[in-house]
Amino acid sequence: MNQAVIVGISDMKIVNEPEKLISYALGSCVGICIIDKVAKISGMAHIMLPYNNSLDKENTFKYADTGITEMVRQMGYLGGRKNRMIAKIAGGAKMFDIKGSSSIGNIGERNILAAKETLQKLQIKLYAEDVGKNYGRTITLESTTGNLTIKSFGRNLIII
Amino acid sequence: MDLNEIHIDVLKEIGNIGAGNAATSLSQMLSKRIEMNVPEVSLLNYNEVINSIGGAENVVVGILVSFDGDIEGVILFLLKKEFVHLILNSLLGSELHNFEEISDIELSALAEIGNIMVSSYVNSISLLTNMKIEITVPSLNIDMSGALLDAVTAQFSEIADKVIFIKEKYFCQDETVYSHMLLLPSISSLKILLNRFGLDV
Repeated sequence: MNQAVIVGISDMKIVNEPEKLISYALGSCVGICIIDKVAKISGMAHIMLPYNNSLDKENTFKYADTGITEMVRQMGYLGGRKNRMIAKIAGGAKMFDIKGSSSIGNIGERNILAAKETLQKLQIKLYAEDVGKNYGRTITLESTTGNLTIKSFGRNLIII
Repeated sequence: MDLNEIHIDVLKEIGNIGAGNAATSLSQMLSKRIEMNVPEVSLLNYNEVINSIGGAENVVVGILVSFDGDIEGVILFLLKKEFVHLILNSLLGSELHNFEEISDIELSALAEIGNIMVSSYVNSISLLTNMKIEITVPSLNIDMSGALLDAVTAQFSEIADKVIFIKEKYFCQDETVYSHMLLLPSISSLKILLNRFGLDV
């Protein structure tokens, strides 16, 4: 059971204790982890963009709003209850500091805001976060403890 | 917006033209005889780009330049360790053991190389299409390739799931190194660019 379940870009996975979840190299993307200790399940979504404005049904997990909402719905099928769920988020960095008309610079920030807003709408408590700045993050969630480990290039590990 | 085979061929050709020029200026700057193959231009999705540069956690140098004028968008250069070592060794005589130890002087040398390569790239597109294109000061970061790539992929994903990916192979003495470049025009610029080649989108 040491092998972590990989969550790719624009993807989402739910596991039972004691499985682990991992998302590699989040830059401006945001990883949202939701843990229900009573149902013993945890979910992780790896979103790229803030809002699913065109209601793209094929790529639900590409967007913070539809991605988180769908993850919570699926966790509900597996016995999860919103009032017991806690969330941890990481990512949303600004990897390049660039001038001009391009909106690439603030995608990370918009992703963080959209993730927080969606969690608030769903009334899920945001328990911990490690967001922003200018470096990438690989995140691993241990479902048993709920610990989220963040690994970055040239930096110490962070556990939230 | 849907791109068909013909659109893709034109984009590949645009990628080809600029790449040769960029390699020539690199060769001049390093005052080394650098030979190159015809660049490989392909349309790849995020995962394919990641695989092609050694996996999401492989640490690389990313240089991002945005361009505007008649068309706008961004160009992202991704340089693996071997390529960076070749540049720094030729320019400054330094040995790069790992990215953690890179100095400020080495960083600005890299940014300058990136700037010159992107400029010569953009100039050749500008000449070919007779359009005015200006580039901004480059922004450089060293990090996991997946992290450097996701913002530009996210931005471009409103147009297409794939990006224009240009891989060049250089031979310098007995070494072979690769550079990787992503060309990401905005949706309206992509239309303008294709229109110049007589294609409707």
